Order: sequence, then structure tokens, then C-alpha cells
Amino acid sequence: MARKILTEHINVPGIETFDVYRKQGGYTAVEKALKTMTPEEVVEEAKKSGVRGRGGAGFPMGMKWGFLAKPEGVPRYLVCNADESEPGTFKDHHLMKSIPHLLIEGMIISSFALGANKSFIYVRGELLYVVRILEQAIEEAKAQGFLGKNILGTGYDLELVVQPGGGAYICGEETALLESLEGKRGNPRNKPPFPAVKGLYQSPTVVNNVESIANMSWIINNGGEEYAKIGIGRSTGTKLISASGHINKPGVYEIELGVSVEEFLNSDEYCGGVRKGHHLKALVAGGSSVPILPAHLIMKTANGEDRLMSYESLSDGGFATGTMLGSGGFIVFDETACIVRNTWNFSRFYHHESCGQCSPCREGTGWMEKILHRIEHGHGSMHDVDLLVDISKKIEGNTICPLGDAAAWPVASAIRHFRDEFVWHITHPQEATRPGAVYQGEMALV
Amino acid sequence: MEEVKPQLVKITFDGIEVEVEPGTTIMQAARKIAEADPSQSGLVPPAMCYYKPLPTSGGKCRACLVKVAQGSAKDPRPMPKLVPSCITQVQEGMVVENTTNQGVLDTRKSIVEFLLINHPLDCPICDQAGECHLQDFAFEHGSVKTRYEEDRRTFDKIDIGPFIQLHMTRCILCYRCVYTADQITNKRVHGVMNRGDASEISTYIEKAIDNDFSGNVIDVCPVGALTDKTFRFKNRVWFTKPEDAHRDCDKCSGKVTLWYRGEEVIRVTARKNTWGEVNDFICNTCRFDKKKTTDWVLEGPTKVKRSSVISANKYRADLVKKPDFSLKLAASQFKPIDDRREYVTDEETIRHQSIENNDKANHRSLLAKNN
Repeated sequence: MARKILTEHINVPGIETFDVYRKQGGYTAVEKALKTMTPEEVVEEAKKSGVRGRGGAGFPMGMKWGFLAKPEGVPRYLVCNADESEPGTFKDHHLMKSIPHLLIEGMIISSFALGANKSFIYVRGELLYVVRILEQAIEEAKAQGFLGKNILGTGYDLELVVQPGGGAYICGEETALLESLEGKRGNPRNKPPFPAVKGLYQSPTVVNNVESIANMSWIINNGGEEYAKIGIGRSTGTKLISASGHINKPGVYEIELGVSVEEFLNSDEYCGGVRKGHHLKALVAGGSSVPILPAHLIMKTANGEDRLMSYESLSDGGFATGTMLGSGGFIVFDETACIVRNTWNFSRFYHHESCGQCSPCREGTGWMEKILHRIEHGHGSMHDVDLLVDISKKIEGNTICPLGDAAAWPVASAIRHFRDEFVWHITHPQEATRPGAVYQGEMALV
Repeated sequence: MEEVKPQLVKITFDGIEVEVEPGTTIMQAARKIAEADPSQSGLVPPAMCYYKPLPTSGGKCRACLVKVAQGSAKDPRPMPKLVPSCITQVQEGMVVENTTNQGVLDTRKSIVEFLLINHPLDCPICDQAGECHLQDFAFEHGSVKTRYEEDRRTFDKIDIGPFIQLHMTRCILCYRCVYTADQITNKRVHGVMNRGDASEISTYIEKAIDNDFSGNVIDVCPVGALTDKTFRFKNRVWFTKPEDAHRDCDKCSGKVTLWYRGEEVIRVTARKNTWGEVNDFICNTCRFDKKKTTDWVLEGPTKVKRSSVISANKYRADLVKKPDFSLKLAASQFKPIDDRREYVTDEETIRHQSIENNDKANHRSLLAKNN
């Protein structure tokens, strides 16, 4: 059995209540951090652990904390990004609803480390019942003296606020999240200034993902160095993977980073293999925004090495032959899946979720969606394929926030690896538009 | 006490060195070059959303993206992505490439394409034609053909008060009108609704924009999305003659430009500078109610050059080399626009000629000539 950090006690009955969570060793990390450590020491532990942002970008959390500006007389804020809305990713949802106190505990420790006296959890608007669960957990923690004024008699005050969003994907981008939290339209801000200097209400702010923060209690209990021993290379610790698609056991799995993709996909401990009688055709390893890879490239890198579930191994080969770990949305496609239809579906999502602030993303996402819709419905023409590649190139890197990149990558990678399938849709419109029809040409299945 | 002058920052923009105050943006540095030497005005990155009088504007249209080849003297690494020049501050020793970088020009071309795919291109019936920033931008940096085959986004016209017409179909969502209302009124009643390419400027529940300075959104609009109802379809901009004038106004500075057709004042606007930016916002009384010459003290013809493609005779057949269809069109239908102000000479059209179709070689030789 692989080591579990976040989900160790997740199946204990009643773990969502304070008493059961406390019995399982909960809140000892808060006691340890607040009573025996200074904020600097907590930040140091986070740095030692090497834990990387679990929201998608993979930026080391300790380093992010280190960038926080600390001017005198200005409040600092910690904001937890629980606006998880990437297609294929549902790990934070699972964590928050099953074991809310883990997040609350992490928030207390992290806020203490950053010197924040008011912290926010920005929850995706659709997950209103999770907001209730978190608020209930906060009430319990407050009643036990772990939140509010003078926590555990240490003189440290913390108020924790749960804020539901309005249900926009773009509000998961950290500066758009801050705008939304301030009560404005959720448009991403231009950077610089970065949130670490001017964030929420123009004060220094750190925005971290749920899973990153939830790791903190284990790190404090066991030490950052111990955490860094788990995992492989610079991908330390464990990661929650949301597995979905044509597999036998979809769900949220906690893996030690460095497990091979093949093991994760096929072992009974995790996904349990592609559904019976079918073969793997393609795989999205990190949520809908990362490049899709065909079966042969996801199992082995271009150099023939085993592909591992780690930040480095998945991005091996760049975008030509690699992908990204992203937020850990593991979507599996077997040979019955139509890549064109799937790309159109992703593209439709990004078109719908673009905030419309900067022109390449506002106009480009809609344009790509319309072209893909045409190809999928048998009205494509041959120059559309190259046009799509060109549009995606023109969007990528020219937008304010990464949503433009996220919209461009799936389209560009699908055409890079499955060009024949697009061409087949264009040259055989009648066959391609028949219900359930899928390209049967030459493709590498595993 | 002696005034301490801040140490000037030296940057290189397209091979030209310029010294500016710390905190200046790349765009302002480029404008400084052009203001010192008008023949270099082709170097200035275009701005569709950035508007200097509105400090929060900028960064949205991505038309002014430039390449920073060297971040600063301390950290000479290039910046990984193109940066918006309107909001990026200069650093000592920064090297910026604009018209000398093909990547920048290609990106700009694609921005024109993106902005135009949902634009109706109804210039022949649009009041803004002749002073439209999008028209100039597309003429200077765009390509002739479109690759867009899909339906264009359309909206119904919205009535927002007695003086202003909102035609959302033409809007490029620069947010300038939103920031104008934020800046000069206490309570903004219009804003951006919805998101993505469905977003639109609108008022909440069809409410009229009703305040003394509402008319200024017409001036800041770079396209014909917000137009003056008292001027709509009255005339083409290039047939009118601008005169500076002022009056004593208890609400605003009273400094305006009157637009004459013959002896008749058919429009009043705020005065704009070379970059098409308003100097002083004016009130609705000055703008909409005072349309007689007797209301005003005339100061003489407007000093600022007209630079739009139509007003400055850019469609003259012998100046338009490409595209072919415009050449034919221009040759058959061209009538010179009678603008007797002496500063409009062929010299000024060189700017457009030089960057037309990103003609780099031409541009370089021009640079060499000027150096």
C-alpha cells in the first residue's frame, strides 16, 4: 500500500466532525505550530518539504510564501483557492466534503506562518453544500478554541471566511479570484504587480490550492524533510488524482508522486485498467487544459523511458511529445472515443468560460469552437486544420491570464497527435457524422 | 528647498535611445520619441484600450504587445512573453523591439484579425469612420483577407439616454467607457455584462445613463459603438472642419472642438491630443446644447493633426500600393478631401506608407534617412 497523507483517515466514520477528527490526531499540528514554532520556522518547513502548488502550475509553495511582501501596518491575507472547475478534476471537492477539518487545520497553520489574521476559502459556486460543510467545521473549530481570538492562548487571532463564488471557471485564476472576492467582476488582473505584493484589497496576499494547504498539517507533524523523502526528485509528496473516463474504477486516488502511469492505470489499487474488451487510445493526464497524448506517448517518453506520474516525467519532451501533471485530472479515452468531438467539447468549455477581457482569448476561443463544431458536424474543409493550429498559436502566450493557453493547448495537441482523425472527419463527412462513428484508421492502441 | 529630480531611466526602443522618468511605461517612452521627432511616429505601438487620462485602462486589447529583448541592465534576460507596452514600466537599460521584431508584427496582425472577426465592418454607414481607431489600426497592421467564415456576433442597438446610442455589435470591449464613468461620476450605471464573446456593455435593466458628463463616453470610444445621437448620420467626419473654441462653463473647462459643416456647428467634442486622447472632459451642456457659433469664443482651427486613414487622404490611389482591390476602388472613386489646413502635407502620409503591410525594408530605409 502506498503511503497516504491526505486520505489516510478519509474512510473513518464521522471524520467530518471535530471530535472524530481530533481523535485521529487532528489539530495536533496546530498545537505544535502555534505553541512551539515561530511563523518563520513554519515557512522554513514548507520550503524544506518542497511541496508544489497542487492547483496546476506546480510552483513550490514555500517559495511562494517567501515572496510575500511584509510592509508594516498593512494586513496580509491567505486565500484558499477552492474554485475547482477544470473538466476532469474533482479532488478538492472530494477532500473538502469528506474531511473538511484537514483544510481548516492547514488554513490555521498557513495563516499563522504568513501572519494573516483573516483568511478566506473561495469555494466554487456550484458546491454550495460544501460551503455548508466547511462553515459547520469552522463553527466546531471555533467552539473548541482553534479559531477566533487568542487561539489556544497563544495570542494569535484568526478569522476564517468561506465565500462561495458565482460559478465561473475564470475565478480559479488567482487574480480573478481576488477580484471576485472583492465583489467585482471576475476579470484577471494584469501582472505585475503580483498578489504577493498587491493582492486582496491591495494588500499582500497568498493564494494556494486546497490540496497544497491540506498537506501542511502532515508537514508540521512529521517535518518538511520527512515529506521531501516521499515522491521522486523535485516532485515531492503525494498527489490526489481524479481519475475518470473509460476505466474500471473511476475516482479520487492519492498516489506517491513517481508511480508509473502504467501502474496507476492498470493496477487494481488505482484505476483498475481500461474497461474490459477495450484499449487505451489517448489520455489527458492533468485536467482538460493540458495537452492530450496518444497511448504510446503516455506510457513511454519519446526516449523510451517509463512515463511516471510526476511533474518532470510527464512534461518530458516538452509539448512535442509530453504533457503536464497540471491539477491531476486523469481522463482516459479508449478506442470508442472520438478525439474531434472531445476537442470540440473542451473548446466549447473554454469558449463559454473566457472572461472576454482580452481580445485573443475572447475572440479566439469562440472562433476555434465554431471551426471544431463545423468539422465535427461534417462541414469542415482541409484548411481548417491548419487554421486551428495557427489560431491556437496566436492565442498562446498573448493573453492576460493562462486561460488563453489552456484553451489553445488541447486543440493544438489534439491536431499534433491525431491529425489523421481530423482529416478523416473532413474527407468523410457522412461517415463521421453517423451516431457513434469513430475513426478506425491506423492508430497506436495500448 | 531644492527640488530633487529623479534619476532618469535610459531605454532603447527600436534602436533609439530615450531617457524617461522612472515609472514611465514603454508606451509613454515611445510617444516621447515620437513627440521629439514626429517622423518617428510610426514606432509608437497602437493602443486600442489604453487611454492615458484613464489611469486604470490598458492591458486588455493586446494591440500594443512588444518584445522586451533585454529586461534591464541588471537582469539582461529577455522577457519570455510579449508584454503590453501600455502598462509595462521601463527599467534602466531595457531594450524594446517593436517594429523591428517580426514576431511582434505578426502578433499584431493576428490581434487585428481577432478584433475584426466579430466587428461588422460597416464603416460606410458608421459615424465613427474617419476617426475610428480600429479602422486606422486595421489599415496599418491588418491583412487584406479574412479567414473567418462563421457568423458574426450581433446585438440589437440599445438606447441609453437621450443623447447616446449604444451599438454593441461594433464594440471591441476596451472598457474605456466603464473606466470613464468610474472616474468622473460617483455612481456608474453601466458596465460589462456576461462573459467571453457574449459580453456586452450595457446598463442594468435598460437604465439610461443620465449625468452631466455622460457624453464623454462617446469621445473615449475607439470605435462606433457609442455615438452622439445629435450627430448621427448628419455628416461624414472628414467633410467637417474642426475649430477650437471655449466658453465660460460652470461645470467643466469649456474648452472644446467645434465641428463645422459650412457655417453650421454640427457637433461639439472635447479637444483631443495627437494620440486621440481627450485633454479635458466636457459636460453635456457644452456638448449637446450649445450648437451655435454665438455660444462660443473661437480660437481658430484645431492644431492637432488628423491622422486617420480617411481624413489624411490615405486612400489616394497613388499612395495605396496594396491591396489591389482598394487600388482599383480608390482609383475609380477617389475624391480628394478638401482640408485646407496647411499642415496636411504628403510628408505626413509617409508614416502610413512606411508601415503599410509591415513593409520592414521600407521602414528601415526611412529610419536610416532620419538618422
